[in-house]
Amino acid sequence: MQSLSLQKYKLGQRHQRSPIKRTLSEIFPETVTDAAAIGYILARLPRTNAPVLWVQDRLSCRETGRLCLAGLGVQRPIIAVNLSRPVDVLWALEDGLRCRTLVAVIGEIWGDPAALDFTATKRLAIRAEAADVPCWLVRHAATPNLSAARNRWRIGSVPSTANAHDAHAPGESRWSLDLFRSRQAKPGKWTVTYDRTADRLDRITPLRDGAMAARDGTTGQRATG
Amino acid sequence: MERRGNAPQDDIPLVLASEGHHGPVIHASNRIARGMGILPGSRVVDMRAICPELQVEYADQAGDRAALDRLVLWARRWCPWTVRDGDNGMILDTSGSDHLLGGEAAMLIEMETQLSLLGLTSQLAVAPTWGSAWALARFGPVRSICMADEIPHKLGPLPVAGLRLDGETLLLLQRLGLKTIGALMDVPRLSLTRRFVKAALASNPLMRLDQAFGRLAEPVASVDAKPRFVVQSRLAEPIFDPTPYLPQLCEDLCDALQHASMGCRRLHLTVYRTDGDVSFVDVAMSASSQDPIHLHSLFRDKVERINPGFGFDLITLAAGGVEPMHVVQKGLDGDVEDGLDLSLLVDRLTAKFGTQAVSRPTLRASHVPERAEGRVAALSTPPPPVEAVSQNRPIRLLDVPEEVRVLYAVPEGPPAQFVWRKQTHRVTRYAGPERIAPEWWKDRPGTRLRDYFKVEDQTGRRIWLYREGLHDDGRGGDPRWFVHGMFA
Repeated sequence: MQSLSLQKYKLGQRHQRSPIKRTLSEIFPETVTDAAAIGYILARLPRTNAPVLWVQDRLSCRETGRLCLAGLGVQRPIIAVNLSRPVDVLWALEDGLRCRTLVAVIGEIWGDPAALDFTATKRLAIRAEAADVPCWLVRHAATPNLSAARNRWRIGSVPSTANAHDAHAPGESRWSLDLFRSRQAKPGKWTVTYDRTADRLDRITPLRDGAMAARDGTTGQRATG
Repeated sequence: MERRGNAPQDDIPLVLASEGHHGPVIHASNRIARGMGILPGSRVVDMRAICPELQVEYADQAGDRAALDRLVLWARRWCPWTVRDGDNGMILDTSGSDHLLGGEAAMLIEMETQLSLLGLTSQLAVAPTWGSAWALARFGPVRSICMADEIPHKLGPLPVAGLRLDGETLLLLQRLGLKTIGALMDVPRLSLTRRFVKAALASNPLMRLDQAFGRLAEPVASVDAKPRFVVQSRLAEPIFDPTPYLPQLCEDLCDALQHASMGCRRLHLTVYRTDGDVSFVDVAMSASSQDPIHLHSLFRDKVERINPGFGFDLITLAAGGVEPMHVVQKGLDGDVEDGLDLSLLVDRLTAKFGTQAVSRPTLRASHVPERAEGRVAALSTPPPPVEAVSQNRPIRLLDVPEEVRVLYAVPEGPPAQFVWRKQTHRVTRYAGPERIAPEWWKDRPGTRLRDYFKVEDQTGRRIWLYREGLHDDGRGGDPRWFVHGMFA
């Protein structure tokens, strides 16, 4: 599938014409306590040493926690901005999109604040396209109402793959991606697995044959005691 | 030199102490303490035995030196060449400027008056050479004035300590019976040369003597004051809003900075109100800048903080943190350089949201998850990289771990079911435990250890759960369970 570009941009490829313009994408995590959306964004970031601008509002920081540096597979410089109001988050995102040095601009907003309307998202999208910097807007506990985001995702965790070393332990992360609205690609649903050591996303093709399908490793119940 | 403003009463013996090899030693003492025989260099504990009511304060030697450096520049009001002399002196080259102040005697009185108005005591002397002025100011009569031909006559009765020699040489001269400079002058020059031929300047009485008598040159190398970059705009009548004047002020300031090829790190905008008060706004930059548009943009939301009162008629814009800045063109195309672009962004964010809001997380060497991360300023040079904990860590960490209600506690491993935020999570798979013991050198005694589990619930959410304490560790009741983070 050419349109869903899961490949990473290689180093030095930044100024070349990419098949998909970098633009504003919205992500709606399926539940509040699900970090799959964050994992997906980080998995999509290219492998460079350029910094990431990460803006969070107070509620999303309190309810969903903050980024844990030790849990990142690849260490990269992060400029963290912690703000109290969603309006300020939008201002900081917009300001960050003027800086072409950044590898990505990531914002997290809780709920449906009045400031985050169609105009605000349109401004972000136009700025992101002008600067050619991807902008990811994570909207915790929000309803997917009117928005100018070019791609809108709904992302959640699904039971992980079987762990080769320990049958009772979770394996590699698996996420369900639902691109429910997109201007650049055909919407669709996928299940991907994230290979943490290789920092790579693999799409899992659903097979008709149940016995051959990739198992998620949750066959046996946990033996208690 | 003591500040008169907050000095204690004269009848209390007070000393300033600094750290020595074997505990604090006395750095300076006041007059009554000196009268009791408490001299600099002796140990504080010994002197407490002599004088039990001795008051001890710690000396701020770097601060004293910086204050003296400022005073050196302030002393340019009398003559153009001034320099700091050691930790407690100043040398002023007054040649050709004494007649402006009514002669040398009047000049000394004027200096002493002005210094005492600053709250400083001073001992002054005028002499043809650095060395003789040093000796006369410290060991000579009050406000002594020495002409070029009077040096042997005036220095003769002073003790040899007036020759700026180190302690060992002074002791040696004492043992040789040479107590005054006059006695040293009477020793044949050849013998002194033979005895001190290899000694350095600080321990060579002959060279010091030559310096004091002007036979060895000792010029005054004056330091230059840093240039101040201030622009101002005087208004015909009082106004309430400085915004229309800001672009021109920024432009003027940047012109001056560019002319001197300097950049500034801070800006102080001050308005002088008609009711005799001032109001000001400060902004700071993460990298030095001389770009008027950028500097103006930093004031965007800050100008409202100025309290105009009944209006103001003078606006000044001063540059702080001025440092040399060489503009280098990196390429022929008009692209902005990468680093500059980023520093401008950090400036804008910091100016709008404050320094606390913008930071850069860095790894720290600790196994306790909340201590494994530190925050530094966004564009500061990163500390040396710390090896990240190789264990599996979550991608999100809650600031405050949230306690969960455990339904079926199992002695080994995580609970089979727990309720977190009113939702029941059934644990299907888990990895762990990973035991993290408290850091005894930081934590309070009684802090319980933690056993971390990575659990996966029935919907596939991966949660980092920990049990605080063990059942029989004697540090509180039953162990409690907390959620600390989420895995991707």
